[in-house]
Amino acid sequence: MAEKKKWMPRWFYQLASPRWSYEIMGKLLPWFAVAAASLLAVGAVWALLFAPADYQQGNSFRIIYIHVPSAILAQSCYMLMAVAGAIGLIWKMKVADMVAKSCAPVGATMAILALATGAIWGKPTWGSWWVWDARLTSMLILLFLYLGVIALNSAMESEATAAQATAVLALVGLVNIPIIKYSVDWWNTLHQPATFTLTERPAMPAEMWMPLLVMVIGFYCFFAVSLMMRTRNEILHRERRASWVRELIEKQ
Amino acid sequence: MNDMQTKEPVLNRDQTMVGLFLAVLKRDLLLSYRRRSDLVNPLIFFLMVATLFPLGVSPEPEFLAQVAPGVVWVAALLATLLSMDAVFRSDFEDGTLEQTLLSPQPLFVVVLGKVIAHWMLTGLPLTLLAPLLGVMLFLPEGGMTGLMLSLLLGTPTLSLVGAIGAALTVGLRKGGVLISLLVLPLYIPVLIFGTGAVQAAVTGLPLAGYLALLGAMLALGIVMAPLAIGAALRISVSG
Amino acid sequence: MSFDSFSDFLAMDGHGLYVWMSYAIAVVLFVINVVSPVMRRKQLVSELIRRMRREKNAS
Repeated sequence: MAEKKKWMPRWFYQLASPRWSYEIMGKLLPWFAVAAASLLAVGAVWALLFAPADYQQGNSFRIIYIHVPSAILAQSCYMLMAVAGAIGLIWKMKVADMVAKSCAPVGATMAILALATGAIWGKPTWGSWWVWDARLTSMLILLFLYLGVIALNSAMESEATAAQATAVLALVGLVNIPIIKYSVDWWNTLHQPATFTLTERPAMPAEMWMPLLVMVIGFYCFFAVSLMMRTRNEILHRERRASWVRELIEKQ
Repeated sequence: MNDMQTKEPVLNRDQTMVGLFLAVLKRDLLLSYRRRSDLVNPLIFFLMVATLFPLGVSPEPEFLAQVAPGVVWVAALLATLLSMDAVFRSDFEDGTLEQTLLSPQPLFVVVLGKVIAHWMLTGLPLTLLAPLLGVMLFLPEGGMTGLMLSLLLGTPTLSLVGAIGAALTVGLRKGGVLISLLVLPLYIPVLIFGTGAVQAAVTGLPLAGYLALLGAMLALGIVMAPLAIGAALRISVSG
Repeated sequence: MSFDSFSDFLAMDGHGLYVWMSYAIAVVLFVINVVSPVMRRKQLVSELIRRMRREKNAS
C-alpha cells in the first residue's frame, strides 16, 4: 500500500480531501478571475477593433473569436467531465465527482454559445441561419450528450449514486464521441459535396490568430473560475454536516 | 499428469460460461414468450410509425422511395428504444437482478445473454418485418437486401447501447423518457451508416464498406457495452 | 485600428447585427455562468446558517 502511494503525486491524494480542495480553490479563484477578466477584455478589444477584416467574409469574421474558443472549451470540458468521473469511480474520490457534476452546466452553455455563434455566422456567410455542416451537427450532438448527463444527474435522488451513474454515462459518451464525429463528417461529405469550412484557412496571418489565442486562454481561465465556484458550492452542500463547514459558516 | 489437471477445469469453466449464457438466453426468451403482447407491441409500433410518414408528409411514390431508408431506420430505432425500458425492469422489481449481481457468475456473460435475448425479440423480428415496410414505402427492389443486412447488423448494436441507458435508469420510476434522452445521441452513428447502406444498395453502389463499419461497431459494442451495463447495474441496484 | 469612426465600428460593414449579436449572447452566457454559482452559494450559506440556528435552539 505504501508503495502504491508513491505512484501518484501527493497533491492528488490531498485533492481527495474536500476541505483541502475547498481552501486551495478559494486561494486560486481570485488569480484566475483576474486573469480571465483581463485576457477576455484584451482579447475582445483586440478582436473587435484591431484585428484586420477578412478579405472574403469582411467583418463578420470577428465572430470567430467567440465561436472557436467556445467550441474548443465545450469539447475539452466533456473530456474533463469524463476523466473526473472515471477518477471518482476508480478511487471513490468525492471531490472528483463534484468536479464532474460542475463541468456539465458550464460545458453545456459553451456548446450553446458555439452553436448560437455558428448559426449567426452562418447567416452572412452561407445565407441561412442553420446549415447541416459537420461541425455544427457534431456540436449539437455534444450538447445533447451534455443534456443527457444533466438530466440523469438531476433524476437521481442519492448524490453518490447520481455521481457514479453520470460518470458511467460520460465515459460511454467519451468512447462514442470519436465515432459520432467520424460518422457525421462522413455523412456530411455524402450530402454536401461542397463543404463549407468555418475555420480552416490555408494561412491565417498573425494579427488574426494572436487575438484568437488570447481569447482561447481567456475562455479557459473563465472556465476554471466558473468550475471552481460551482465545485466549492458542491463541497459546501455535500459536506454540510462536517465540522469544518460549520466553523467556516460561523466565522462569517 | 500436470497437464491433465490444469486442462480439465479450464474446459469446465468454458462449458459453464456457455451454459450460463444459454441459460440466461433461454430464461429470458421463455419469460417473454409467456407474455406475448409485450413481444408484438414494438412491431405494431414499428408499422404505425412507418404509416404516419405517408399520411403526414406525402403519399407520392417517388418521394417515399427517397425517404424510405431513413423512415424505416428511424422507426426501427424508436421501436427498439420503446422496448428498452423493460429489459431489466421486471428483474429489478422482483429482486432477481440483485441475486444475479450477488452470484459468483460473471456479470458480463449474464448481461450479454439478456441483451441478445432482447435483440432476438425485437431487432430480429423488426429485420424480418422490414421488407413489408419497404414495399409500403416504395423502396426499390435493389434496396431490400441492403435494408435487411444493415438492420441485421445494426439492431444488435442498438440493443447493446440501449441496455446501457436501461441499466442506468432501472432504479428510477420515470425511466422511460430519460432513456431516450441518454441513448438517442449515441444511436446516431448506427443510423447514419445504416441508412447509408440502404441508399448505397438502392443506387447500386458496393455495400461492403457500410456493412463492415456496422460490423465494427457491433464488435466494439459486444466487447465494451456489457462492461458499462454491468457497472451501471451495480450502481443502480446499490443506490 | 481597422475602423475610421465609431459608427463604422458599430456597423461593421453591414455585418454589425451578426457580430454584435454573437458578442451579446457570449456576454449573457458568461454573466449567467458567474451569477448562478454566486446565487447558489448565497442560498447554501443561508440554508446552513438557518440549520445551525435551529440546532442551537433545539439543544
